Amino acid sequence: MKISISKIIIFSFIIFFLSVFWLGLKIDNNYDTKSLIGSKISNFHITEINNENQYISEEDLRKNKYTLINFFASWCAPCRAEHKYLLSLSNQNKRIKIIGINFKDKKINANNFLKDLGNPYNFVGKDTDGKISISFGIYGIPESILVNNELTVIKKIIGPIDQVQFEDVLKIIQ
Amino acid sequence: MKIKIFFFIIYFLFLAVLNSNDNKKELSEIYKNLRCLVCQGQSIADSNSDFAATIKLVVQDQVNEGKTKDEIYTFLISKYGEWIVYQPTFSKSNLILWILPYFIFIAGGLFIFFIVRKSKNNKAN
Amino acid sequence: MLSNIGVALLLLVLILSFLIIYNSSLELKTSSQSIRKNIYQLSLFQITFTVLSFFTLIIGFINSDFSLINVYENSHTAKPLFYKIAGTWGNHEGSLLLWVNILVIFSYLFLIFNHTHNKKFRLYTLIFQNILILGFLFFLLLNSNPFNSIYPVPAEGLGLNPILQDPALAIHPPLLYVGFVGCSIYFSAAMASLLSSYAGKLFAQSIKTWVKISWCFQTLGIIVGSIWAYYELGWGGFWFWDPVENASLLPWFAITALMHSLIVLEKRNTLYSWVIILCLSTFILSVTGTFLVRSGILNSVHTFASDPSRGIYILSFLSFMIFSALIIFFTKYKKENYNFNLKSRETFILANNWFMVFFLVTVLIGMLYPIFLDVLTNVKISVGPPFFNIVIIPLAIPLMFLMAIGPKFSWIKSQNKFFYKILFLILGAIIINLFIFYFFGKYSLLSNLIFIAAIFLILYSLLDIKNIFNKKNKFKLPRVTSHLSFGFLVFFIGINYQFSLEEDFNLKVGEIKETNNYEINFEEIKIKENKNYKAVIGNFKLTNLKSNLVQYLNPEIRIYSNPETLTYEAAIKTRVTSDLYLTMSNVSRSDYYNIKFQKKPFMIWIWISALMISLGGFIQLILKKNEN
Repeated sequence: MKISISKIIIFSFIIFFLSVFWLGLKIDNNYDTKSLIGSKISNFHITEINNENQYISEEDLRKNKYTLINFFASWCAPCRAEHKYLLSLSNQNKRIKIIGINFKDKKINANNFLKDLGNPYNFVGKDTDGKISISFGIYGIPESILVNNELTVIKKIIGPIDQVQFEDVLKIIQ
Repeated sequence: MKIKIFFFIIYFLFLAVLNSNDNKKELSEIYKNLRCLVCQGQSIADSNSDFAATIKLVVQDQVNEGKTKDEIYTFLISKYGEWIVYQPTFSKSNLILWILPYFIFIAGGLFIFFIVRKSKNNKAN
Repeated sequence: MLSNIGVALLLLVLILSFLIIYNSSLELKTSSQSIRKNIYQLSLFQITFTVLSFFTLIIGFINSDFSLINVYENSHTAKPLFYKIAGTWGNHEGSLLLWVNILVIFSYLFLIFNHTHNKKFRLYTLIFQNILILGFLFFLLLNSNPFNSIYPVPAEGLGLNPILQDPALAIHPPLLYVGFVGCSIYFSAAMASLLSSYAGKLFAQSIKTWVKISWCFQTLGIIVGSIWAYYELGWGGFWFWDPVENASLLPWFAITALMHSLIVLEKRNTLYSWVIILCLSTFILSVTGTFLVRSGILNSVHTFASDPSRGIYILSFLSFMIFSALIIFFTKYKKENYNFNLKSRETFILANNWFMVFFLVTVLIGMLYPIFLDVLTNVKISVGPPFFNIVIIPLAIPLMFLMAIGPKFSWIKSQNKFFYKILFLILGAIIINLFIFYFFGKYSLLSNLIFIAAIFLILYSLLDIKNIFNKKNKFKLPRVTSHLSFGFLVFFIGINYQFSLEEDFNLKVGEIKETNNYEINFEEIKIKENKNYKAVIGNFKLTNLKSNLVQYLNPEIRIYSNPETLTYEAAIKTRVTSDLYLTMSNVSRSDYYNIKFQKKPFMIWIWISALMISLGGFIQLILKKNEN
């Protein structure tokens, strides 16, 4: 077989393709939205769950050094599991404020949930139809976002907060 | 004479087409172009998941506000990343994706053209 | 015990494959013209044991023998018998066993049906095919063994995915594999052809029938898969450009191109190298498709449960195949002199290949681009139906014109007459299209052109059929049937796409929704307990407000217990003019149900046209058989 440029090119192409396949096997296939860390949240107006006249928006969050926005629901089992970490974080009131957004839930059930497990939130908002969650890039419950005073997303916790992520958050807010 | 009729009709066809707009249902088209993030390879149109239901509400709102398809896609991409739309964006990084097939089509055409011409020359000799 | 029998049989097949390779290699050097009897005998044993191993697995499923892990994971005593049997190939390991069976069956059939061809060529084909068999057997035995046993024996199985309990899906894999895996034989034959220098017309004749068989079954397999998706998956579509669907389409384009090029190779003894490239590429594409789908590298609605070790093995095997093919091809490649008559059928067949390669490359790029982007830049994007539709569909327009004109081109006696005939037919197509456009609804310029091209192809083919019956030339019938049906397929898909109604809304029991001249009355919910699932059945009364025709549709939500799954069964009323399609799903934590209502014109004609395309191929096989 004579060595010629076209043959070298073809062989190189094949090797390139097969290498990419090989590498492709190693990478994680599941999509999460963690790539959106660094973007800003904006344009939101969240009403308090028990008081229609109270609400929270961008200006309120800029006052905080760090804010953790936590989407939860009374019907969500993993939300109960992560609740203790939220309560623990609520003790760090000077460094971080926690906002809870009650997702597709009934006011009475949410209030009972917080009465039973404790209320770690500085503000409890409601998202009855789920539309607010979309403007925060949420796609499952529970999900939490940590933002700074410029409203830039620093961390996304998809699913319930666990020990590792809890410690991560503590490190960040020090 | 026949050719004249032919062109006459083509002219009418184009006239008619210019006056029409595509009768497609916009909402349905948008739903089909959005990916359900919590499903294994289903669009928002096909999925029965909670997430799909919420997205549909948001899209309906935006359509009623008068937003265009592209604005809605841009919005959702800013929240969820490019993965959420099935039609790849026409960005620089996706240039290869959109251009390469046509490039190969043209290359193939040229290749055949040269072969046929070569064989014509062979025959002539 | 079944486990031992199964493994023993497979080991026997393994040994036989080695023996066949060894004996064939020795036989290559002898001077006799015919192949020694013992190679035939070895092959006969090989096919016998392979088929027996498959039956062993089937018996395991029928008897619900849970000592076999494969049966335990994929079956259940409560499953109906038909689906127990279908469960054999409805899983990764079982389907691999089916692969090996088809590889062996085709190997044997090629051997015994090709007496008239060159001995060296046949021996090399046997050798390469058996190398492929060995490759898959090793994969089976070392990584994906359907006969692995489990102890203690479980009392009950984990059950088969309820979505797979459907007649169409039961026959879809075997049909598709005859296509997918059947192309292995002409991969081996191509390698053999290069090594034995058995080229040209005779080579074309040796693989012709196998190419046609694999084409027919591949086409049929894809269509049955689409029919299943339509009736079972509940979204009213039949093609989603999903990775698994694309994986079956890649070889299809290659086989179609090959089938057409073989005509040229046989009649004019030219295009040999290109035919070889196609033969090699087809099976390579099949294995690539298998890799993409089973390794877990791609996300899809119907992938098998994936396992990285499978991916590594298949990739290694694929690499071996590609490099061997490349090396042998480059070593033996001889430059060819092309001798084309521009205004002849050959050029049109080249054009067909041109388009087929374009479609193939587009689908391949669409599938691979996200992987490449992710690996190289860590960015994840989706490439879905809009991409494929936008790139591919416009080119169907010139393709259909060429399909009509091409086949009879070299027999055109009078240029003028031909030109006017085409003009006349285009005119007819435009008029019919305008008719549809004005009376039924407006659509885009692109859609207009698609309709015109499709109608042109239909009219031209109908004229061809008239000529066939006048001149009693039955040999043109297969080609005209397939081309005509393709025209109809595009036409009906176009109508279906343009004039479908789709509504998505939420309804409570007792509520009525009026939309698009239909009144949908959600009358009641009934609960029914079945053998292995509980059904929540909705009773919907549909009234067509224009015609006052009333239909009842009953979509279901099925709650299975083994395994615990939820499926949504669409209620489909198939009629001659259109299908009515209704699905119902419950909105969590609410009394509302999400209803999707669709009216899909001419759905059944889409299936009929598609099946007729495949029928054209089968007709040709029968005609040729009767010839001999």
